[in-house]
Amino acid sequence: MRPITLPFSDDIICSLKVGDPVALTGVMITGRDAAHKWMIETCVRKTRPQSDEDAQVLAAIQPLLAGGAIYHCGPVVAGLETQEYRFVAAGPTTSIREEPYQGDVMRHFHLQAVIGKGGMGPKTLAACQEVPGVYLHAIGGAATLIAQTVTRVLGVHKLDFGVPEALWVIEVKDFPAVVTMDAHGGSLHARIENESRAALEKLLAG
Amino acid sequence: MQDLTEHFVELIRRTSTDLPPDVEAALERARQAEADGSAARGALDTVLTNVRLAREKSAPICQDTGTPIFYVRHPEGWSTRRLREQIRAAVVEATRHAYLRPNAVDSITEKNSGNNLGDDAFPTIHFEEVEGSDLVVDVLLKGGGCENVGAQYSLPNTDLGAGRDLEGVRRVVLDAVHRAQGQGCAPGVLGVAVGGDRGSSYYASKEVLFRRLGQPSPDPQLAALETRLTEEANRLGIGPMGFGGKTTVLGVHVTGMHRLPASFFVSVSYMCWAHRRRRMTVRGDQIDIA
Repeated sequence: MRPITLPFSDDIICSLKVGDPVALTGVMITGRDAAHKWMIETCVRKTRPQSDEDAQVLAAIQPLLAGGAIYHCGPVVAGLETQEYRFVAAGPTTSIREEPYQGDVMRHFHLQAVIGKGGMGPKTLAACQEVPGVYLHAIGGAATLIAQTVTRVLGVHKLDFGVPEALWVIEVKDFPAVVTMDAHGGSLHARIENESRAALEKLLAG
Repeated sequence: MQDLTEHFVELIRRTSTDLPPDVEAALERARQAEADGSAARGALDTVLTNVRLAREKSAPICQDTGTPIFYVRHPEGWSTRRLREQIRAAVVEATRHAYLRPNAVDSITEKNSGNNLGDDAFPTIHFEEVEGSDLVVDVLLKGGGCENVGAQYSLPNTDLGAGRDLEGVRRVVLDAVHRAQGQGCAPGVLGVAVGGDRGSSYYASKEVLFRRLGQPSPDPQLAALETRLTEEANRLGIGPMGFGGKTTVLGVHVTGMHRLPASFFVSVSYMCWAHRRRRMTVRGDQIDIA
């Protein structure tokens, strides 16, 4: 497993290939459905006006996103009543729902890694080649194990989205993932999709 | 009538934090089947380590603690209104203890209720009055990732060459597994209902997920179909997490229903590897969770 400290450099990103296991250390941010829709609407495509609060949150997260990683995750968080937050369970959520937004978010914020599960499609793969960036696959459902690698919760934005959808700023140590889409156009997901389609056609032949 | 609230909290805790033995054993067999050093083997190593850790720490196996789905079979004389109140109170308490993630989102206002209580369908509670004296409560925590890859087919389906027979059922189920890829957290368990209307069919496809892995359908024709579908789904090579590999599904459960002459639905509910289901039995003062 290759240890990598956040933020990334282009050299590190370009050295990563499909199949490489990595262990991430540093600060990253969670963001899923509501967060991506919000980033696109208020900042990337500007289809609705930015409130002062939106602007403040965007200013706070921009330095984390630039050269950084976003984690598709809706955690179980303890300490909600005291605001002494602690991640109890924090596996990845299904990434493909962000396919309409992810590539644009990567380009706009110079986001270099997307962490989730299940992989993403051609739009995100194209952005990985342009930015450059990678898609890192965490093990779906391995929530308690992954929560152990979250050493501190540094803060939270947009908690009004609800606990799962909020943007949590977390410090991680040796967060485990595997590169399944790289900056050179490689995608494990595209390959498995094609191979399993051929197997399906064989089973349905006749 | 007994107040079972604290027992319902314990039932939820066990369900969220401790995988049933048959599922853990199936995952272990799947792990051993994958080649050393493969991505599939690595994924299942992580999955099984996580299962043990969650049990030790009494923490959720998966952060998506899903829709809590309860099936309550009660003898005559129990108040379903009070049982519902107790189950809802237990869900709030379990959320406070972080055994459950607050998951109930109002689809119109976008507000998360924060305590896992939504409308009458959240949590989902089914009641049925039964013979005998035992109260039996089954619970399933079904996450959103796998729920999203569920599928319903109306047969005949020309694209898949699926007619209104078990061969047609086989074809659409394999298509559903292919479409799901790794998105539903493979290796999953399939619940398949043949027949019914759109609503009852999906409902039955979830109910059949309560059957233990390795326990075949009592109908020999359906049992044979289950074996064949398990074997063929695994030949697709999607593998754990969609990384490629030998195990794509841990098992397939099929049930048949009556239907209208005009309709022939096949509903597939996909349950992720974190197949969190438990049963509580209340027999007088004796309360067991298995």
